[in-house]
Amino acid sequence: MQYESFGEGGVLSSPPHLPTAEAPPLLSRYPREELLRMYRLMLLIREFEEKAAEMYTRAKIGGYLHLNVGEEAAVVGMVTALPPQDYLITAYRDHGYALARGTDPGVVMAELFGKVTGCARGRGGSMHLFDETRRFLGGWAIVGGHLPLAVGIGLAIDYRGGNEVVLCQFGEGATDIGAFHESLNIAKLWRLPIVFACTNNFYAMGMPVTKASAVPEIYKKACAYNMYAERVDGMDVLASREATERAIERARTQREPSLIEYVCYRYRGHSMADPGRAYRTEEEVQQWRARDPIVRFERQLEEAGLLSSAEKAAIAREVTETVNRAVEFAEQSPFPDLSELTKYVYAED
Amino acid sequence: MPVITYREALNQALREEMQRDPTVFLLGEDIGVFEGSYKVTAGLYREFGEKRVRDTPIAEEVIVGMGIGAAMVGLRPVVEIMTINFILLAMDQIVNHAAKLRYMFGGKLVCPLTIRTPSGAGRQLTAQHSQNLEHLFASIPGLKVVAPATPADAKGLLKAAIRDDCPVLFIEGLRLYNVRGEVPEGDYTVPIGQATIAREGRDVSIIAYSRMTLVALDAARHLAERGIEAEVVDLRSLRPLDAETVLTSVKKTGRAVIVEEGWPTYGVTAEIAARIAEGAFDYLDAPVVRIGSVEVPMPYAPNLEEAVLPHAEDIVRTVEDLVHRRR
Repeated sequence: MQYESFGEGGVLSSPPHLPTAEAPPLLSRYPREELLRMYRLMLLIREFEEKAAEMYTRAKIGGYLHLNVGEEAAVVGMVTALPPQDYLITAYRDHGYALARGTDPGVVMAELFGKVTGCARGRGGSMHLFDETRRFLGGWAIVGGHLPLAVGIGLAIDYRGGNEVVLCQFGEGATDIGAFHESLNIAKLWRLPIVFACTNNFYAMGMPVTKASAVPEIYKKACAYNMYAERVDGMDVLASREATERAIERARTQREPSLIEYVCYRYRGHSMADPGRAYRTEEEVQQWRARDPIVRFERQLEEAGLLSSAEKAAIAREVTETVNRAVEFAEQSPFPDLSELTKYVYAED
Repeated sequence: MPVITYREALNQALREEMQRDPTVFLLGEDIGVFEGSYKVTAGLYREFGEKRVRDTPIAEEVIVGMGIGAAMVGLRPVVEIMTINFILLAMDQIVNHAAKLRYMFGGKLVCPLTIRTPSGAGRQLTAQHSQNLEHLFASIPGLKVVAPATPADAKGLLKAAIRDDCPVLFIEGLRLYNVRGEVPEGDYTVPIGQATIAREGRDVSIIAYSRMTLVALDAARHLAERGIEAEVVDLRSLRPLDAETVLTSVKKTGRAVIVEEGWPTYGVTAEIAARIAEGAFDYLDAPVVRIGSVEVPMPYAPNLEEAVLPHAEDIVRTVEDLVHRRR
């Protein structure tokens, strides 16, 4: 039975709120430049998101704004594992994914501002980032709704005899909806090259996973589809990356889809409209903050002598400048022209 | 011109488009080995194999979602939903995903997806299998909805739908599959978004689509025997809607009777009546009248079912009342 393989990888035996598995010795797997690129991306996401929150409070950004703060290790580990020829499709908490995929932070911030220079020309906003040149096929905002699309992309790859892979990210809240189960069933049945990447941050809005899922260990849900599954420490960027790489390889070479559960945490509320206090304790948030993925990775790099204090300062400075430039670009860009209000509804427009 | 059934016309369109374009493939429940619940895909599995005629589990949401995903990356999937009643399980995919994606992502991609599905009453199929739900989709920007009445339009519109870069909901009349009609030879398409005058007349415009067009034509023949010349406008496309052809006809005849097989409340006839009120009010000699099904879930008993559905006699009676009102 396939689910015996649940024992592989970083399966955590402790209660889900306190994953304790130590990071495997993964530093040596990656060249220093790659490690620093990952470190920089994590910092970029953190700083970009904090800036976006600030811009929201200054009413530069409207609508819903869901931030990846706290989830940087899972996001960066996942996306940097994915080669450029492969497809990425995500849920609506998507800024970090676009940034990690290489989309210009200015273009992302402009989209949050609703400007025409944004990656969706100001039509999508925070939840609907898109970058066709990097095969990032969108942030989608109906929980679980984009999983069937990922299956279709996988089917198209299979139809053409290609060897690309689809990485489909979603939150643990999506695993209680029918589309999740229909999608996993077909993906396994037809052996489609898909990685189902579930960021389990324990709360679907304010609903704790233990109250929403009969099986709160999300990776176990794959057993119904005889699909390979694994739970990794999503606060550890290297563990996240390594598990994703193996899942991608499995999809590409063996045509075996996987369900990977990244155990992580969002420090902020569900969206900017949620202070994130009603359904969890401050103590719990602090416990997770104590395991901060950036601090942890930084320490690992420093202890291994891969990051000097001068480099650290230079990276921090460069990231701050990048985020400031992104805001400037967004500020200076125009809103979409009213004359183009009905453009893009149909292909001929 | 060869005379074939509506079903054969659809089958020809699918076969010819699959031969013409290797990116066209079919997805649906029991469309392959079983050859389709209504045999529209007969012979295609044998001819094209399981890669291009994919039998799926009963899982409408992922079936449609897969079609969208495959279309987003350049294929031209044709999805069959066994009956329109089951499309509600895929409503989220159609309305929230297919219809939105191009606009939502700033025009940076297209979704050349065709969803075929039969709509309307069969024979005693009862409440959960006898609905017309196309109006729900016809109100959604980003979707196209077509509903041909004849074999010729069925073939030409299906080819147009498959070649279109937008998501198209292709409505097949459940009682039309065995209807025969002339179909042009060779490759042709019927443009999406164009109504047609199925019969010319001067006294009244009867506006209909899908099977109701045939019912309206039947009514028009009876009316002609009584000296009333009805013009029958076949909408063919519900979105985009060819209001121009409707208005031109109504301006000519001064009277409009609108017919749909489904429930008229908030239905296709409601939309057409509004368009006439907005665009041809000054030309009207009589109130606009709508005809549709009695507003109940479809009953099983055959006499009750026939009492629910609109018939040619209903149209004849309505038109006579309307015409004599001013004579």
